[in-house]
Amino acid sequence: MLTAIFAILFYLAAAILLVGLALRIRLYAKTPAPLKIPTTPAPITRGGVVLRMAREVTLFESLFKSNKWTWAFGWVFHVSLAVVLFRHLRYFLQPVPEIVAIMQPVGVLAGFSMVAGLLALWGRRLVVERVRYITGPSDHLMLALLVMIGISGLSMKFVAHTDIVAVKAFFLGLMYFDWKPLPSDINLLVHLSLVLTLMIVFPFSKLLHAPGVFFSPTRNQADDSRERRYAPRGLLKPQAKA
Amino acid sequence: MAAVSSDFKPKERVVGDPIEIPQIACGAMAESKPFVAKADHNEKLGFPGELVEDWHDKAIFRLGELLENNRALRVYLDSCVKCGACTDKCHYFMGTGDPKNMPVARQDLLRKVYRRHFTWAGKVVPWLVGAEDLTKEVLDDWYSYFHQCSQCRRCSVFCPYGIDTAEISMAARDIMDTIGVGQKYCNEIIGKVFNIGNNLGLPPKALKNTLEGLEEEIEEETGVPVKLPLDVQGADILLVTPSADFFASPHMEGLIGYAKVLHEAGVSWTLSTYASEAANFGMFVGSQENMQKVAQRIAKAARDLGVKRLVFGECGHAWRVAYSFLDTLAGPFDFLDPNYPVPQHICEFTNDLIEKGKLRFDRSKNDEFRLTFHDSCNVARASRMGDKPGGQFEIPRAILRATCNHFFDMAPETIHEKTLCCGGGGGLLTDELMDVRVKGAQPRMRALKEVADEHGVTHMAAICAICKAQFSKILPQYGFEMDGIVSVHQMVSNAILLTGSTQAEEFDAQHRPADATA
Repeated sequence: MLTAIFAILFYLAAAILLVGLALRIRLYAKTPAPLKIPTTPAPITRGGVVLRMAREVTLFESLFKSNKWTWAFGWVFHVSLAVVLFRHLRYFLQPVPEIVAIMQPVGVLAGFSMVAGLLALWGRRLVVERVRYITGPSDHLMLALLVMIGISGLSMKFVAHTDIVAVKAFFLGLMYFDWKPLPSDINLLVHLSLVLTLMIVFPFSKLLHAPGVFFSPTRNQADDSRERRYAPRGLLKPQAKA
Repeated sequence: MAAVSSDFKPKERVVGDPIEIPQIACGAMAESKPFVAKADHNEKLGFPGELVEDWHDKAIFRLGELLENNRALRVYLDSCVKCGACTDKCHYFMGTGDPKNMPVARQDLLRKVYRRHFTWAGKVVPWLVGAEDLTKEVLDDWYSYFHQCSQCRRCSVFCPYGIDTAEISMAARDIMDTIGVGQKYCNEIIGKVFNIGNNLGLPPKALKNTLEGLEEEIEEETGVPVKLPLDVQGADILLVTPSADFFASPHMEGLIGYAKVLHEAGVSWTLSTYASEAANFGMFVGSQENMQKVAQRIAKAARDLGVKRLVFGECGHAWRVAYSFLDTLAGPFDFLDPNYPVPQHICEFTNDLIEKGKLRFDRSKNDEFRLTFHDSCNVARASRMGDKPGGQFEIPRAILRATCNHFFDMAPETIHEKTLCCGGGGGLLTDELMDVRVKGAQPRMRALKEVADEHGVTHMAAICAICKAQFSKILPQYGFEMDGIVSVHQMVSNAILLTGSTQAEEFDAQHRPADATA
């Protein structure tokens, strides 16, 4: 029964996440950008734009210019999250690729730094007057969700061990449509329920910043309006012939 | 003129960290509102004369249209995570402390309505995601705070997603125009461009007289018959410049500078009465249709006069529209000479000549000026000069260094891409907004004060008609001289040694090699 509920929920959540994101990305992609609005100085070639975007999404270049604390906390959180997600591949791949196995100890550390980064970001929301002003209930909830995912995950390693072999069997079973029983440890069920929640709210929340940044015209446009005529479809009516 | 609120004493606030973060003061600027446009101002631009009856539904409908046609708006309304990176970056927030002048809070005024009507979460759990209905109070907030944004894009430099509040405030102003709530200053001016050809409403005859007066003045000063041609068929270059250059100071001194450079370059050039305006307030009100109509006047003038090149005078947002938008809005410009950039900035034109050694200067003529340079926001963050990124910072400075002996930059966090708005951009250069203009200028005034104290800087040069007009008004409030703002080409004009001019003769006499004088 428990296995069936979680199995169905995971299929559902995965579908909502993937379809929701795909629809949103399609919407962004098909909405025209009527004018050239890169924030300058901007790269003048497409290759330069790829580099700018790469710096933006890996180093958080603009945020670094803005505020070193927010940058440090945010960067630590995101990088840790990436490492943690990478480490989780071990539950979905059989055999476990060597690189994933090598990353295992780092992945566990990243679990801690991820939660630390989140708590620091949360602290800013409470302590810094300006950030408190712009923080709404959903911002607190999102942080709470992520922190609890991190803590419940860590608890399975450091508080009460979960039978991860069985967990892996469950997920492989999901992937191959051959369901295997899910262990019923409370911390595992909490962890998975919160992850399900995250997957479902992703396409409807501010987490859309993840795909959004790639579609941001101020960052993804080249500064080449004099070199290349920019004439997209959009609001602009055909010009009156002089 | 609206008085500056009495508790704000500019002279007492001029010393301090330019980008100091203020204490939050809720509602401090809620009363700041520009005059509402009259019916005929709106109607001339294709907008309803006054607030329409079903304004709520019309506004939501228009927001939907804008979302479908502007990727930036859609992505930016979705993407903000409220990280706070922008919260201390707006000069109006720094000067007023009003939290709704924090860029993210300004965006949220529109975002909350977007969420309510266009997102699933905002429809189902509005209280959770900060979604709100568009009430009359919200509309009043829009009118107040979207007219406390100069669309300077400083916040967009620091946003990890590049969210540009200018795009949001343009959209909000477009929606307000669409339901009949226009801003008088901008809409009246756009109407003047359609009727007469320029923002000032300067008719062709007055323009002609002005130019003739300037020609006499230059000839008297230099002995050289420098011309300021108007509507000359078949000239090589059409110069399009803000109409303030025909009227105000220090703008006009800049125009004299362009004329001297163009004369010395030996090119044939002309101004146009039909396109006697580089500025394009269609951008400020966020109306692409009006922006396009204004831009097309320039293309038409270029075609009608049969010119080969297009050069723009010193004007910040005009250069943005020219550099980034003109080809899209009014192109293609395939009838112009492809060997030159289309369009070209007068600073690029002058700097090219300097680099080629074709202009001679007597820099000592500018020795009374100890200069700094104010990067204008639209030039700095929305355009380029030259062929390398950042040329928009280097080229004007190169001109100043070539023409003046004393040049000092202001603090690095207040120049280049991090430059601070003058406080009067984006359609706010109107007297009833003087309070927010003075307060918004505080960061720049503090940066200026630092170099004035440290290096004895006496003057600040700019390449934007709005900056020049704003600073002429604001400088005295902060205890500086009113004429402490100068045009870049005013410095060129002062120092240039025109071939055959009295200045060149004097200079050559003084600098003749010793043996030749013997």
